[in-house]
Amino acid sequence: MAATDASSFDRRPWILLGPALSAVTFLLIIPIGFITVYSFWLRTAIGDEQIGFHLDNWQLVLTDPFYRDILVQTIRIAAVSTLLCIVLGYVPAYFIAYSDTRHKLLLILLLMLPFWISYIIRTMSWINILGTSGALNTVLLWIGIIDAPLRMLYNEATVVAGLVHFLLPFMVLNIYVSLDGIDRNLTAAAQSLGCNGWQAFREVTLPLSLPGLAAGSLLCFVLAAGTYITPMILGGPRNAMFANLVFETIITQLNWPLGSALSLVLLILLGAVVMAYTRYLGIDQIAKSFR
Amino acid sequence: MRFNASWIAITLFTIVVYLLMFVPVVVVMMLSFNDSQFGGFPMEGLSLRWFVALWENEAVMRAFRVSLMLGALTALISTTLGVLAALAIVRYDFPGKRLISTAMIAPILIPEVVLAVALLLFLRWLGIPRSFLLLLAGHVIFTLPFVILVVQARLVGVRREFEEAALSLGANPLQTFFSVTLPLIMPAVLAGMLFAFTISFDDITGTLFWKPGGVETVPTQIFAMLRHSISPEINALGTVMVVITVVLPLLGMALARRLAARTRVQ
Repeated sequence: MAATDASSFDRRPWILLGPALSAVTFLLIIPIGFITVYSFWLRTAIGDEQIGFHLDNWQLVLTDPFYRDILVQTIRIAAVSTLLCIVLGYVPAYFIAYSDTRHKLLLILLLMLPFWISYIIRTMSWINILGTSGALNTVLLWIGIIDAPLRMLYNEATVVAGLVHFLLPFMVLNIYVSLDGIDRNLTAAAQSLGCNGWQAFREVTLPLSLPGLAAGSLLCFVLAAGTYITPMILGGPRNAMFANLVFETIITQLNWPLGSALSLVLLILLGAVVMAYTRYLGIDQIAKSFR
Repeated sequence: MRFNASWIAITLFTIVVYLLMFVPVVVVMMLSFNDSQFGGFPMEGLSLRWFVALWENEAVMRAFRVSLMLGALTALISTTLGVLAALAIVRYDFPGKRLISTAMIAPILIPEVVLAVALLLFLRWLGIPRSFLLLLAGHVIFTLPFVILVVQARLVGVRREFEEAALSLGANPLQTFFSVTLPLIMPAVLAGMLFAFTISFDDITGTLFWKPGGVETVPTQIFAMLRHSISPEINALGTVMVVITVVLPLLGMALARRLAARTRVQ
């Protein structure tokens, strides 16, 4: 022991890290570097790759209105889904944090349960709810509100519904953690100083829960913006998102250099969102230390 | 305690949100027992015929075998790599530690589609085609951060003195690891393993990129079946998936808790 401790270079951590580090290097870092280089290559008409430094892929991706429209649509769908998650998720999180039921743990456990239920099953379950022979149409027909089944599936709204269903637990958990950490005396103090319940919430509880709200929103937005399965199952032909483009380009059209450029656009966009968030949190952290 | 109007509204809203989260899945499970030809309402009596049909569906059973094998291998490899890396990060100081521990959890921060494209294209360029091995590599890299995070969290709480005591009593580092450290972090190791298995078993985003033609995992098989129509068989498959991914981890958690309780007694 003593001998190895005395030596200036300790090999042990590197031996332990070796396998994982080489996995991350060869299966993640180098591949991402590779597609960066690859995105400047060209795919010729006969299906060969032309090695070199060509800006064609990037020019196409950044200027073609087709790609721009789908990028805008992706951001819109992800933003709307995130917003709906906030609206639907805040109240349950508040309920779990502040209720005095004995079933608090059960409520939290139920919230974690969807993480374990297959994503594709949860997504396709909406076909059973909103489809022409789904639960909602059956109920509406039975009550007599409608005479023929409504067509509710395969549009942007169902894509958003599927995404919200998938993302809501992330949001509720993040907000809950944040609410649970708030000192209860603060609201009591606000109320004793003359705030009513709503004012105390708006002035004290809501601002203090913002970090959780922000973390949940980041997670929801990033996960939503990177999905292609949900639009494929619940969307129509016009509801493709950016990741669908990547999938189409790589798997169907086999245009790998263009697909590389497209996936880098997604990486840069979502990377910028994450970066902006850490920057904001950094500032928040500093503010906290002054309190 | 509180019975004012706004608290009642909050309670009702919460109930509605919880219902929204679970009703669709419950409907899937309900419809899987439907005796009807079609995958939808109305319910025409209870029957297990769709589960029998699943059992006799060779493609589905093959997908199950692939998924189980893939999940088990992913869990094994990912946990081994993850435990070693967590040990290095928690127990040692080395140059570039912050950068390396960030790199280790990078696969969570990068959108899965991008990770899938990068890995697929890089290995294809190296001449490695889409294969089970690529699938395994992808699943390992994608689940590794979760294992590292879980094991790391537990390892921080294990006091170094235990290991030092064993070492000073003459155990070599390997013996120390297997007879002191590993038993103490076992709950986290099992949890990480379970985590890796569940994520691998459920993954479709990366799998659709990496899987070779003709090989299906359960999620991609469901995806392929959905392209035709929604048959009661898919609902039955959904029910089986829910049982596997919910009941198995619950059993595992109970087991881990029991193991943890025993180590505490010792």
